[in-house]
Parts: sequence; C-alpha cells; structure tokens
Amino acid sequence: MAEINIKQVAKRFGKTQALHSIDLNVEDQEFLVLLGASGCGKTTLLRIIAGLETASDGEVWIGGKRIDKLRPKDRGIAMVFQNYAVFPHLTVFENIAFGLRMQKLDQSTIDKRVKRTSELMHIDSLLERYSGQLSGGQRQRVAVARALATEPSVLLMDEPLSNLDALLRMEMRAELKTVLAESKTTTVYVTHDQVEAMSMADRIAVMHEGEIVQSASAIEVYRDPATQFVGSFIGNPPMNFLNAKSSGNGEWNIEGLLLQGPSDRTAIQFAIRPEDLQLCGVKSSTESNTDQLIEPDKLHATVRVIEPLGSHKLASCKVGDALFRVVLDSDSSVSAGDVLALKPLPDRVRWFDPESNKAMA
Amino acid sequence: MHPRLLPYLLLLPAAFFLCVFFLYPFFLVAWQAFFTDAGEYTTEFFSEMLGHWKFEGALKNTLILTLIVVPIQTALALFMATLVSGMKKGRDIALYIWTIPLGISDLAAGIIWLAIFEQTGFLNSFLYTLGLIDQPQTFLGYQSKTTIFVAIVLAEVWRATAIMLVILVAGMGLIPKEYYECADVFGASRWKQFTRITLPLLKPSLQTALILRVILAFEVFAVVVTLGGTNLPVLMSEIYVWQFDLRDAHVAAAYAMVVLAISILCTLVIMWALRTPKEARI
Ligand SMILES: Nc1ncnc2c1ncn2[C@@H]1O[C@H](COP(=O)(O)OP(=O)(O)OP(=O)(O)O)[C@@H](O)[C@H]1O
Ligand SMILES: [Mg+2]
Repeated sequence: MAEINIKQVAKRFGKTQALHSIDLNVEDQEFLVLLGASGCGKTTLLRIIAGLETASDGEVWIGGKRIDKLRPKDRGIAMVFQNYAVFPHLTVFENIAFGLRMQKLDQSTIDKRVKRTSELMHIDSLLERYSGQLSGGQRQRVAVARALATEPSVLLMDEPLSNLDALLRMEMRAELKTVLAESKTTTVYVTHDQVEAMSMADRIAVMHEGEIVQSASAIEVYRDPATQFVGSFIGNPPMNFLNAKSSGNGEWNIEGLLLQGPSDRTAIQFAIRPEDLQLCGVKSSTESNTDQLIEPDKLHATVRVIEPLGSHKLASCKVGDALFRVVLDSDSSVSAGDVLALKPLPDRVRWFDPESNKAMA
Repeated sequence: MHPRLLPYLLLLPAAFFLCVFFLYPFFLVAWQAFFTDAGEYTTEFFSEMLGHWKFEGALKNTLILTLIVVPIQTALALFMATLVSGMKKGRDIALYIWTIPLGISDLAAGIIWLAIFEQTGFLNSFLYTLGLIDQPQTFLGYQSKTTIFVAIVLAEVWRATAIMLVILVAGMGLIPKEYYECADVFGASRWKQFTRITLPLLKPSLQTALILRVILAFEVFAVVVTLGGTNLPVLMSEIYVWQFDLRDAHVAAAYAMVVLAISILCTLVIMWALRTPKEARI
C-alpha cells in the first residue's frame, strides 16, 4: 500500500511563497496528474514528496508512515527529473541500471529489467551510447526508463514527455499508463499539457500560484471548474466569462440574454464553454437592417475573427466589450462582422462569484 | 587582414617569449647533457651520474617521497574539497584558511618546520614542558633518516595540499547538483555518490591536479635541504650540488634530463589512466 498524504505542506524560498498550505491525498495505485501554469509550484511539491526539498511546514506521509524526515533513498520512490539528470559518464544501459545496482540486484535481473524498460521507451538500440550522444527526447526517455526499472511503489514524474514529438508522446502516454496500471504503481505526474493531463489522469489536481484549486476527475475539472482560473486554464479554447446584471428575483441580464440564476447576489459572472452554445441565427454584416431585434433568450455576438481548425471553426467574437469564443461547425459560412444569435445549453451554464472567483452552486 | 590569422598573431609574442626563455635554455641544458665542451656527442656524463654513489639514493628518495606524499595529498585534498563543497556557509573562509600555506615559499615552509623539529625547536620544548622527555632530542640527525623523512612528508603535505584542493573544489563546483539529487533518489549512499558520481566526473580536474602535483613533487628541493641537509639527497639537491659545488654543469644537466624524463613519463601515465572519452564528459 502506497498512498500519499500531504498535510498542510507549505514552502517558502526566502520571500517567495512557493506553496501555500497544500493538502492532497493520492490513493494507492492512483494516477494523479498535477497540472498548472509555469512557476505555480509543481516541481517544488514533487521535490518535497521526494525529499529533495524540505517543507517549511506540514507533513508528508507515504503508506501510512510519516516520511518527511527520511532521506530520499529511504522513501521507496523513484523520480523522473524535469531536467532529466541523465549521468554523462555512464552509458544508457548503466544509467537505466543505476537504481538496480544500488539495490544490489544480480546481473541477470538487471539485464532483464533494462531490456524491458528500454524496449518500452523505444531506446533499446541506444544502450551503448553516452548521454552526450542522445537527443533531448531520447535523454528524457532514458530518465523515464531509469525510474521505471526500479519498480518503485511511488513514482514521481516531472514533465517526463515534454520533449517528445506529438506522435511519440501519444504512444508513450498510452504505454506508460498501461505499464503503471499493471505494476500497481502510485504515480504523481506533473505536466502543463492539459491534453496529456486529461488523457492519463485518474484524477487531476490543478495548481495555481502555490495552491491546489481543484482536484477531481478530468471530466469534472472540465465541466465544473472550481474557480475561474481552472475554467480559463483548462480547455482550448478556454471558458467564456461575462458579467451579469441583476434584474431582480434571481433573474440575470447578460448583455441582453435573460437567465435564471442564483438569487442571493448583487454581482455575478456567467460562464459557458465555447462548444456549449447553439447557433440559432446569423445576421450578415451586409444586411441593411442592423437594427437587430433583441431576443431575450439569445446572446448576440459580433464575429471578429474566424479560425478554421479542421474539425471545427473557432469564432472569436465580441459580446458587449468582452471577448467571447464560439465553436462552430466546420461547414458554417459565418464570416467576420456577422452577428450570431447564440443559445447557451441550459445545463452547461456555470456561475462564478466575481469577488472570490469561485464557482457557485 | 584575414580574421583566421588573428589568433596566431596574438599568440606570437607569448610564443616568442617561451622560445627565448624556455626552449632556448632547455636546448642548452640538453646539449650540455649530451655533448662535451668541444661539441662531441657523448654519454659519459650520464655514466658519471649513474656511477656516482649518491645517484641511486637520490632517485629512490625522490620517487619514494612522491609515492608517499602525492597519495596522501590526493586523499586529503579530495576529503577537504568534499567538505568545502558541502558547506552552505563559511565555505570561502575555510578555503582561504586552507590555502594560506600556498602563499609561503617552500624555503620558508622548510624553515617553519625546521623550527618545530630542531634541537631547540617547538616540539622539543613542548615535550619537555609536558615532562615526556628530560633533555632535548635530536630529531633530524644523520642517524634518524626515518624521522627526517616523516618531517619532510609532513611539511610537504602541509605546504602543497592546497594547490590540489583549489583545483578539486573548482572541479566539484562544475558537477551539477541534480546528479547528486538523482543518485540520492535512486538509493546511493554518500560513499556511493562519491565513488560513482564525484570521482568519475572529477577526472579531468583530478588529472590536472595530479600532473601538477607529481611534477612539483619530483622537483622537491628547499624543504628537503632545510630539514635533511645532505643526509637525504634528492634529484634536485643533486643538481644543485653538481652545478654549484662540484662545478660540473654537464652532469647537472644529465640529472635535469632524468627529472624531465620521469616527469613526462608520469604525465603520460596519469593522462592515460584518467582519460575520459569525449562523449562521456559533462
Ligand atoms: N530554489 C529556489 N529558490 C527560490 N525560488 C524558487 C526555488 N525553486 C523554485 N522557486 C520558485 O518557486 C516557484 C515554483 O517553482 P516550481 O519550480 O515548483 O514551478 P513549476 O510549477 O515546476 O514550473 P514549471 O512548469 O515551469 O516547471 C517559482 O516561482 C520559482 O521561482
Ligand atoms: Mg517544474
């Protein structure tokens, strides 16, 4: 059993507060992805779990044992470093075998494990090379193979696939996921690639400025972002936000669109994903009658730019003064200047408190 | 002007300087070792050197001194460099203090240690005050070659370890911290980290430090002469004796050739033993 419990862990580097009181539990055999923008503290949190950094506050438990005073080697972990840390004086084979040699395994086991992990990472033809003779992506895969070879109960990976091309990354993603599920490894996986996060994670923990703002399944994080940040960080294009004005009795006016919402507020933000809008009508810019008729159950968006993206078209529009993105069918003939009448799917509308930026029930 | 030529042009003054003040005297010495004053080639000076009763002792003493002093210094310098590199605070101060002996000439160092070991020296008065001896002892007399030897080793270690230390500290500073973190995660003890990571990655610095130190060890002179006088001949002191006391520049030159030969040989051996394949460097 190797569940990880992080209790109120904080980290200060001099004046910068890298982590604010983090609470996080990773279940045994779970695949948890830490997702967040650059500099939000992902690496710092991983290094605290690994024991390479001491927390300024809080406790770290693995498998029911408090481990934050133990040396990294006594924590039963393996790690893939963000900067690889592949030893330059050892061949690829010896790099992968490093952890195994430290565990004093016999040569035949070492041979077997190196062979298996190097084949998995597609570097079995490079075993005799030195790190200096590898490409960045190959070096990164050596780092992953080295960590996998030790068959740890907890595996910490810091952006392990960031340097691979899109195709190889997709393949590695699937293989890693399978292998780790088979070996029943508890994994904490850092990335700032949200597609990677969504596709691999049992659970995603979204970090923002040293805090975990939401930790939930991929679909929940996408559908029900806990804060505005999550909504705008996850999803490409991001979620749309518009200010709503109260017209009494829990009814809200969003640039002409009238919707029933939470009633106990004076200010609120309306949010909707770009693909959750139904196109009900287009008024071409060439039509003389610009004095449009306002329908109270539609949003009226003026198209600024159309980006054809293959599977769909992305329209960047203006609603009032705010930027508003809409996903359109790739066949649609909308062009810049047109006014779209959009109907939000009722069960996909979300409300946010503009003061705390948190989602409202 | 062609930009490719510029570096060579800039090197020219230094090269000229080297030729005049190094290569020319070097050829003069080599000439003196192999040719008579009349200009005939001869091996007679080498035979004279080899036949002299002090030659074997001088060669042996030099080699044994080197073999004892250099390993001690290497181990000590590695140990001290590890300590210094691991320090968070006070690292510079420790380094300054440990390198003070570097600022002292070898003759001065010899005199300092003579002041400790001689009949009226610190060691005698110290032992006498403690009541361990009832009269001053002769530590450095002609009967006590071993003591002389130990004194010289002590003085040399004290005087010249820091030069290796400085080179090794600089070399250790070049090894990225993340290799140690990685080794730590993958279960390497402190000792394993030292043997598996520090030593192999330190090879280039170790090479430089060893070559420098070994060559200097073959040239040991002032410390030996102050502490041992004529009781413990080494190659360098023999060169001095032949050149200035016996006034035979030819045999002195032959000695110099021997020092040169073993220096080159050792340099080659060290370079080969501590070679790093180009692709395996940091
Ligand atoms: N050793 C350090 N000293 C001072 N500040 C640090 C140190 N390490 C990290 N920080 C700061 O802590 C914050 C979090 O850094 P961290 O490396 O954890 O970010 P990250 O989420 O891993 O970013 P990225 O995605 O770019 O790797 C950053 O603001 C960084 O500047
Ligand atoms: Mg990072």
